[in-house]
Amino acid sequence: MKHIRIDTDADGVAILTLDNADESVNLVSPVFVEELTEAVEQLAQDASVTGVVVTSAKKLFMAGADLKFLVGCYDNGMTKAEAYAFSQKATAMHRRMETSGKPWVAAINGAALGGGYELCLACHGRVIVDDPKAVVGLPEVKVGLLPGSGGTQRLVRLVGVERGLDLLLEGTNLAPAQALAAGLVDKIVPAAELLSAAKQWLAEHPDPVRAWDKKGFSLPETAGLLNPSAAGFFSFKAAKATTMGRNYPAPIAITSAVFEGVQLPFDRALKIESKYFAKLLTSPVARNIIRTNFINKGAAEHLAYRPANVPKSTVKKLGILGAGLMGAGIANVAAGVGIEVVLLDGTAERAAAGKAAIAANLAKDVERKRRTQASVDALLARITPTDDYALLAGADLVVEAVFEDVKVKADVTAKAEAVLPATAVFATNTSTLPITILSKASIRPDRFIGLHFFSPVERMALVEVIMGKSTSPETLAHGLDFVAQLRKTPIVVNDNRGFYTSRVFATFTHEGMAMLEEGISPARIENGARQAGMAIGPLALLDEVTLDLPLKIVDQAIADLGSSYEPPVGTNVLRRMILEAKRSSRKAGGGFYEYPAGGKKHLWPGLASVFPLAAEQPPIDEIKNRFLCVQAIETARCLEENVLMHAEDGDIGSVLGWNFPIWTGGTLSYIDTVGLESFVKTCDNLADKHGKRFRPSAWLRQRAAAGQQFLSKTKKSAAA
Amino acid sequence: MRDTVHPDSGGYECPRIHLEIDVAEAFIYDHVRTPRGKGRSDGSLHEIPAIELATQVLAALRDRNGLDTSLLDDVILGCAQPVGEQGGNIARGAVVNAGYAHVVPGQQIHRFCASGLEAVNTAAALVMSGQANAVIGGGIECMSRTFMGADSGGWCADPGVAYRNYYAPQGIGADMIATLDGFSRTDVDAYAVQSQQRAAEAWKAGRFKKSILPIHDVLGEILLDHDEHMRPGTTLETLSTLKASFEGMGMKGGFDAVALERYPEMEAVSHVHHGGNSSGIVDGSAGVLVGSAEFGKAAGLRPRGRIKGFASIGSEPTIMLTAPADVTNKLFKRMGMTKKDIDLFEINEAFAAVVMRFMRAIGLDPAIVNVNGGAIAMGHPLGATGAMILGTLLDELERRDLETGLITLCVGNGMGTATIIERI
Repeated sequence: MKHIRIDTDADGVAILTLDNADESVNLVSPVFVEELTEAVEQLAQDASVTGVVVTSAKKLFMAGADLKFLVGCYDNGMTKAEAYAFSQKATAMHRRMETSGKPWVAAINGAALGGGYELCLACHGRVIVDDPKAVVGLPEVKVGLLPGSGGTQRLVRLVGVERGLDLLLEGTNLAPAQALAAGLVDKIVPAAELLSAAKQWLAEHPDPVRAWDKKGFSLPETAGLLNPSAAGFFSFKAAKATTMGRNYPAPIAITSAVFEGVQLPFDRALKIESKYFAKLLTSPVARNIIRTNFINKGAAEHLAYRPANVPKSTVKKLGILGAGLMGAGIANVAAGVGIEVVLLDGTAERAAAGKAAIAANLAKDVERKRRTQASVDALLARITPTDDYALLAGADLVVEAVFEDVKVKADVTAKAEAVLPATAVFATNTSTLPITILSKASIRPDRFIGLHFFSPVERMALVEVIMGKSTSPETLAHGLDFVAQLRKTPIVVNDNRGFYTSRVFATFTHEGMAMLEEGISPARIENGARQAGMAIGPLALLDEVTLDLPLKIVDQAIADLGSSYEPPVGTNVLRRMILEAKRSSRKAGGGFYEYPAGGKKHLWPGLASVFPLAAEQPPIDEIKNRFLCVQAIETARCLEENVLMHAEDGDIGSVLGWNFPIWTGGTLSYIDTVGLESFVKTCDNLADKHGKRFRPSAWLRQRAAAGQQFLSKTKKSAAA
Repeated sequence: MRDTVHPDSGGYECPRIHLEIDVAEAFIYDHVRTPRGKGRSDGSLHEIPAIELATQVLAALRDRNGLDTSLLDDVILGCAQPVGEQGGNIARGAVVNAGYAHVVPGQQIHRFCASGLEAVNTAAALVMSGQANAVIGGGIECMSRTFMGADSGGWCADPGVAYRNYYAPQGIGADMIATLDGFSRTDVDAYAVQSQQRAAEAWKAGRFKKSILPIHDVLGEILLDHDEHMRPGTTLETLSTLKASFEGMGMKGGFDAVALERYPEMEAVSHVHHGGNSSGIVDGSAGVLVGSAEFGKAAGLRPRGRIKGFASIGSEPTIMLTAPADVTNKLFKRMGMTKKDIDLFEINEAFAAVVMRFMRAIGLDPAIVNVNGGAIAMGHPLGATGAMILGTLLDELERRDLETGLITLCVGNGMGTATIIERI
């Protein structure tokens, strides 16, 4: 055994230590299951062993499953029967532990999540170290799966169906104190006493028969629908699964596994769980979530596309031009990771106001006990508000976050570069203006780059890194290093109007407005977007960002490009709402929605008189398709035009940048999921009906004909 | 019956059976119903077990008509929660308990809220097809002694099934109807006020007395002789203070989200229903004596009316309660009738919006619909109501000397049942 150590003490207690020889963490993988199966069998059969302590030699007890392996299951066409067999194998190993005739106890020395906590659950007792970082839980729902190996069945039998199912559906991880209160662990002990406490637990609890293996074991829910309160409970849980999004199969699968499982003898229940697990593992949703949100996002955070030959850089001093919402947000995050920040604005008052806004923001965190006053004081001390460009001297990097106007930006660029060291990187936080145009104001365009932050900067993980025509690889490397320093997730794109994120995102809101103009009922538009999985409907969203903003972008493009530019499909609606209806945003008192004081917002009833309803309304699936396809095909164009260089970045940018639904894996994974050939067909149909924005290019057709996927398949790991 | 040569039979004389069925008529000989007791622990009928309530109904049908019960071929009782004391085939239990001849079998049927009407329809079907001479159809529900949800079922409580089929509770369905049809809170409350007024007038004028069966307690004393759920003084103002009943389960409970998935044309569900404009929770039972002409001769009874036709139908289950119009149209088509052929309508007042949508969909004058009030005022003993309102309608046709009436109810999980009756 390579990853497991067994030491048997003189008292007959065996210590089984998980110690992955290949990686820094213990992960559930086929190899691990194989070895643990062998170890469990050996311990079960060894008559001299009276009890077993399971612990780990790593910092974490066990982090969960090997995600690459899970993604590979789908990518390599694992059948439901194979997935069921895989699940049953691991399940049988856990079952062997608890039916071995001797007691097992988990000595939880660090976080035990997913498969890690499932292992703990299969032990007769759980002793945990007194360390808030040693969280336990079953977060599988967040990756589109359910906790297998008996996880769903043991948890609800241990802590009750109501509490257990809530934990399973929320995927909550609990720190030791909470875990003890909820019944997930039996005892909290200091780190030094972990093993002795575990042994003591064995001595005090020699009964090797689990509660659910004792005759007469029953939960209130075991009676199924003969128990009317259980019936009411599960009826609500079905609705809850809908509120969690009907594009996500895990919540209802978990609920069904629990509902059906608790009515069955334990071994039958384990089979039911495996069957639901197999369905989820072989569905594309789990693959999509894991691949984009974990594997590819992780790679992006490790700067997968950073030019390798440039030495790593660190920003010690940062200049920020513009102390508005974005500037202040960036200053807050940068100071939070220990960077000295010069926050510059046109007047000292405006700069000070920017810092005051940060302080107010942080005060709320102190109130909510998310930060200490001392850490806030230290953070604020690192931010120097000023109107004096001279203070930028010695800055390693400057982020320009002033008004979106080429002239204004050119002016501050010149002033800053006058004092900056020659090695400093100049980054602009524009969301739409071409970097190459802005870099014309720079005396060293090779050191000029776009760093497009999202609002609110404190919460939004994405930074879109934009290469201008002259941006050097070294500057890209330094820009990426800075993003990593801020603990944000970068994607790298080439310069283009709207770059990647703003360009594709605009297709979503414009599609919504086009629908409105066609006479589709606004409620249907908003519901269609939400049913596709978007967090918010396009009309509600436009009210928030203001209708003026997208119109300004269009007008700027018209001014820059003249007659060669074809305004996007919602332009007319923007103009009519602003000019005719005089409703431009929530801020301005109302847009597509009305915002009654103290009441819930609702669609503006006058909308129907500006955009009369069509007699015939399209089916909701067509609306969903339009929203998803228009964004996906625009992303494909970005890849075709080399605005995007990597499909992975297209996915990450869409999911983190504007909440494109993660069930799809992102805009390009969405195409892979439905299949490029079928996508092209759908888009052709949509183009026939709604216009050429849906028409696939020759390049896309060629890829379809060649059967090419955008995302590369995960290679079958050696372990599998 | 005659044989014909099938044109494609190649000369072989294939005996093709042509049936000219002489459909027997199903006559209504009598009808009784219990008063409706409040469905709570302080309701007058709360102390009466369900089987005893049904027993008193069966005994009354026998005793009022001097009926030789051995002439009966079956007793069919509808029940929407046939569990506990209402389970175990309550019809046969009540037959035995009422001292009917032992040759009379019993069966219990379940079509949720239309169970009582379906029981009468099934009785009629047996008579019409010549497979029975006389059958009692009726229903029973002691809501004070069971509770809503006692009979849940996989359709609404198995989470996978409920999820797959977009289950939402019926109150949400009623609010969805109001939302989609644009009925405001005031609209539905106004309908409720009218139901109370009509019921109060009907009781005052003694219009139910022909069929009301006072219920007796263990000592033989009268426990209840009138519908005790009514609130005759109800006004728009008194109703306006009531809180919408289904807002919590809709918004916090997640069922509004389910509703929007199925009906994306709604921006949000407008919650307008509450205890005052929804059917009352009550205890009650009813029975209808249905038989052939031969039965009438043998029993020495004169028919009061006939069951002309009936139908049931399914509809979209999430909104659940829109089938009454569908089943009415289905029945009209089959019978070759139109709304003009119907003098009076009874549609169960499950929720105000259900009745309002029905009237709008069929295009009815409210003056001929539920003329003596309905379940909003008097209550809806689930499995019994269909049989009750059929009797109420027959009594009113007689009182007004009119000919034809239609009874319909909305039904759980998206169904509807309707029956057309006619005076002799």
